[in-house]
Amino acid sequence: MSPFWGMLRRDLALARRNAGDTLAAVAFFLLAVGLFPFGVGPAPELLARIAAGVVWVAALLAALLPLDRLLGADFEDGTLDQAMLSGLDPAMVAGAKAAAHWLSTGVPLLLASPVAAIMLNLPLDALPVLVAALALGSLVLSLLGTAGAALTLGARRGGVLLPLLVLPLAIPALIFGVAAVDAALGGLAVRPHLAMLAAMAAAALPLCPLAAGAALKAATE
Amino acid sequence: MDGPPATPPAPKAPTLGNALHRFANPGRFMRLSGALLPWLAAAGLALSVTGLAWGLVFAPRDWQQGDTVRIMFIHVPAAWMAMGGYVGLAVASFIGLVWRHPLADIAAREIAPVGAVFTAICLITGSLWGKPMWGTWWVWDARLTSVLVLFFLYVGHIALSNAFDDPERAARPAAILALIGAVNLPIIKFSVDWWNTLHQPASVTRLGAPGIHVDILQPLLVTGLGFLFVFAALALLRTRTGILERRARALMAARAAEPAATPSAVAV
Repeated sequence: MSPFWGMLRRDLALARRNAGDTLAAVAFFLLAVGLFPFGVGPAPELLARIAAGVVWVAALLAALLPLDRLLGADFEDGTLDQAMLSGLDPAMVAGAKAAAHWLSTGVPLLLASPVAAIMLNLPLDALPVLVAALALGSLVLSLLGTAGAALTLGARRGGVLLPLLVLPLAIPALIFGVAAVDAALGGLAVRPHLAMLAAMAAAALPLCPLAAGAALKAATE
Repeated sequence: MDGPPATPPAPKAPTLGNALHRFANPGRFMRLSGALLPWLAAAGLALSVTGLAWGLVFAPRDWQQGDTVRIMFIHVPAAWMAMGGYVGLAVASFIGLVWRHPLADIAAREIAPVGAVFTAICLITGSLWGKPMWGTWWVWDARLTSVLVLFFLYVGHIALSNAFDDPERAARPAAILALIGAVNLPIIKFSVDWWNTLHQPASVTRLGAPGIHVDILQPLLVTGLGFLFVFAALALLRTRTGILERRARALMAARAAEPAATPSAVAV
């Protein structure tokens, strides 16, 4: 088994055994979405109009929750030093971490997103577009988030710092993700928006692990 | 090896790295910047005051916007410095990452707050202008939003460079963050433009003749040059202070490591 798959399997096994972390992120996501009707009123047409944006923002925030521990725990107990000594390229270590975050947090949020969208009265025909856009968007966020987590290793207040670093960079994904759903609701072409999201994911896939790897190297030196 | 070589070693080829090394010597930097700083500051102040007086008092009013247009003489140069400052931050970070120059690390750390302040000035003056012109303090227009994101990138950089107990540990993460931001800024700019556009398109840099009258352009350019010198003077001053801080820290660490020995060593 290559070190990359070994790291990924280890992280997924840890996520499976501490399933509470994933459940907490999903519960936070549904709760955050559920707060909006109290904030803006329960009018169905209003909720339908803001549904896509609310689901997206809540998913972004929920996906940030486990990022702090994603690398932090390994940094503190020395696992990260072992990983850096394993001969695996630091960028691949970061890539394995990003994949683990996406599989253990992104995918569960993705599965919960139809429930959240229905709670906000989003028309059902827009649901597949929302899930497809969120699938690409959560991948981008996992990659950006891993880079952010690697940058804040060893920092004071890392948990507060992380969203400050990552969220501004996630704005383009948010814009195109919500635009895709709006296009579907308006009967317009959805593919350009999804193609832009896919392009962002394709750009983030090599670049973010590269940056995160450099940060991991700086943190463990 | 037997004895020194007969001929002195040939001077190194003048690569970019070597050229940088020449100026990375903190002693040489302190001498050069110390000589340059008063001139930069004086030129910046003189040009800014001239340009602002020219723009705020003597330039003609706009036929549509009246006196409100005068806020542009602060707003536009501040916006130039906000963007130029991030370029400077990214360049310093790149040099710090690739050639590992402590001086570039210090410069990046010290440029960021100056850039953030100019970005804030740009946002505040834009908001003051928006109230009479657009009827609202803030609109989620594409340009305003990208400048706001730029401000958040600066704030994130400042927060990260101050988040480590050992300031020197912060240099590399902060530099990587600055470069991630530099790669992302065009993407953010493009997506925000796609998202919403209300702000007028660029009128100074468009091809052909500038879209604004020469009476307004001239004081604008003078103020822009003045702001550039002020920015450079502030960044230089902060970098000098950063170097002195680092020296003071190193001295204090050395003194603390020294066992409390002779009184002559303590009383310096």
